[in-house]
Amino acid sequence: MATSALPDQETAREWLAAMTLIRRFEERAGEMYARAKIGGFLHLSIGEEATIVGSTRALRESDYLVSTYRSHGDALARGTPPGKVMAELFGRADGCSKGHGGSMHMFDAQRRFMGGYGIVGGNLPIAAGIALACDQRRAVSLAGKMNVSIEGTNADGNDEEVTLCTFGDGATNQGTFGETLNLAALWRLPVVFMVINNQFGMGTSLARHSAVTDLQRKGESLGVPGMACDGMDVLDTHRVVSQALAHVREERRPVLVEAVTYRFRGHSMADPEEYRTKEEVAQWRERDPIPAFGALLQEQGMIDAAERERIDEEAVRAVDEAVAFAEESPFPDKKSLYEDVYVLDHQIHGHYHGTPRAPASLDGALDTQARAGGDGQ
Amino acid sequence: MTEMRYRDALKLALREEMERDERVVLMGEDIGVFGGAFKVTEGLLAQFGERRVRDTPISENTIVGVGIGAAMVGLRPVVELMTVNFALLAFDQIVNHAAHIHYMFGGQARVPLVVRMPQGAGHQLGPTHSHCFEAMFLHVPGLLVAAPATPADARGLLKAAVRDENPVVFVEHESLYGVRGEVDETEEGVTDFGCARVAREGSDVTIVGVSRMALTAERAADQLAAEHGVDAEVIDPRTLRPLDLDTILASVAKTNRCIIVEEGWPHGGVGANFVALISEQAFDDLDAPVARVSGADVPMPYSKPLEDIAFPHESDIVRAALLVLGRDSSAASIAPTPAHDGERDAHRVAPGAIQEAMPRASR
Repeated sequence: MATSALPDQETAREWLAAMTLIRRFEERAGEMYARAKIGGFLHLSIGEEATIVGSTRALRESDYLVSTYRSHGDALARGTPPGKVMAELFGRADGCSKGHGGSMHMFDAQRRFMGGYGIVGGNLPIAAGIALACDQRRAVSLAGKMNVSIEGTNADGNDEEVTLCTFGDGATNQGTFGETLNLAALWRLPVVFMVINNQFGMGTSLARHSAVTDLQRKGESLGVPGMACDGMDVLDTHRVVSQALAHVREERRPVLVEAVTYRFRGHSMADPEEYRTKEEVAQWRERDPIPAFGALLQEQGMIDAAERERIDEEAVRAVDEAVAFAEESPFPDKKSLYEDVYVLDHQIHGHYHGTPRAPASLDGALDTQARAGGDGQ
Repeated sequence: MTEMRYRDALKLALREEMERDERVVLMGEDIGVFGGAFKVTEGLLAQFGERRVRDTPISENTIVGVGIGAAMVGLRPVVELMTVNFALLAFDQIVNHAAHIHYMFGGQARVPLVVRMPQGAGHQLGPTHSHCFEAMFLHVPGLLVAAPATPADARGLLKAAVRDENPVVFVEHESLYGVRGEVDETEEGVTDFGCARVAREGSDVTIVGVSRMALTAERAADQLAAEHGVDAEVIDPRTLRPLDLDTILASVAKTNRCIIVEEGWPHGGVGANFVALISEQAFDDLDAPVARVSGADVPMPYSKPLEDIAFPHESDIVRAALLVLGRDSSAASIAPTPAHDGERDAHRVAPGAIQEAMPRASR
């Protein structure tokens, strides 16, 4: 460690705190899953915190982040309140996706976290599309005409927005990987593709699922140059992703970054982990990015042991509060079952839903009444 | 009023919307330099330039996904898939992403995207290039589905689709591109979604025709009037989601008899859906079971005589109308030929399946 320069003291502390928050949050999410507070799938990022914090801290606030079904850490790193993330896991009304998305579908438009996506490889084209819109915004002077259609965000006059798209090693075998890298290179889209190589596509090891295991090279034939970083080292990840972002911002060409990392837990909570040895996991745990970074900062005299303890306590407290927030948040009202299926402010006629259970408010009559100035909403 | 072809009406709509709104961009295979596989976008590259008319690689899933991402942050992309058949390659992006993003992210993002694609048989293109899939898109909550049959609706619905905040699957028809019709260029000409078109008023039987079948149904209605003295009402729903069910139900209340005509397969088809809705909501109005005329329940064959009998024609609709009117004295006349019975045994097809396979009125 420490091949990359350290940031200033305040920044270093913040990075350590961000990684610690993700760790404590994920541990607690695992517990809550075991207590059946959380349903469905739960994919934890434990072990991958340096990759998440190193990369997201290289982004500007105006940049976009698009990630995968392992996305609690991305939301937290982007600044989404932990309570809203936990409430989403609990399926509550105050969840960041109002309980419609769950673990795999976190989103925070305000912080330009453009989604966790449940389909492996499904997020790559979307990231390229976001980059295309940014590029279009920059190239064509559409000021005043291009109204950003996402609630809570606005074109801020910054015309150099870059999109960071993360995905796992397994996604590099999807058609969308080849298709999107080719298109992004062809159209010179400002997007950094980042493969989080945690060395398993679910339970299939890299060597058993990819003919090319040096994943940073997998974009070369598509016109996308590769870079690699140590995903267990927040400094190295930050350094390399910063370089990639700067390159993309200036050159208007995509880059592929490979972050080599390791998830300490199973793929999801339902994973007996028969595909790897306990010894292998133990070896990687010795490289745990959080104690490693904490020790480095202590060694450099940037923080002391008491401060490291305090950071951990802060994280635990924040997670306690997140759980309390989620517990207190109500389950979504049953009528919200049909909310946000359609944006209904333009289409005003006809039947949207083919079931008698659909509420009458989605039929044309009532909306027409609303348009006519009635109060039938 | 100007007479123009369906393809030119679509082009007019794209041009008007691109002139009106700089956020509108077109993407698709061969839509620029080549001018579009069906020449819908011809000339738009020259007018709007490469930034707004983008030729793409042959990567359907990714093209749609790029459209989704661009729509989420402010563009109004119109993606052309060369034909509906290739939409199958983009189903993940259309269903898991375009249709669900607004819902699964709690309303934080919108996908004002239009995905255009032509469908249809009749050009001897065989099983992989002759599909009609409006039913598959109709199946998906979160999508709007338009299927214009006339040049005026091609223009009007496409303009409405571009302006809508929801993802729209815009189903065109290969056999309609050359069809001419009146378009009023002096009007804004936006056709609201969820408003059916009563193509022909009548009192004896309601015929609902989807996509190209709206025109086939109109011709069948003329034949019914001329040869059988039957006064048929023809309804083109224009959009399947949202659906103007009220207009269909009002017509059924008047005629008490109904036929649904579609080009796609019968199982889980648009007709099956309409029959269910009409039975649920207008059972007491019906004097006969609602009949369906659909494409044959087979992959589309190449050979011309086989292809011809694998999708509905006027005569199929006329027979179905006479059937629901109780005017067909010999129901056997629409039964499959005896040759099929032997096949049935040979292939152990469930009884009735072969009958389902024929383009005919099933009741």
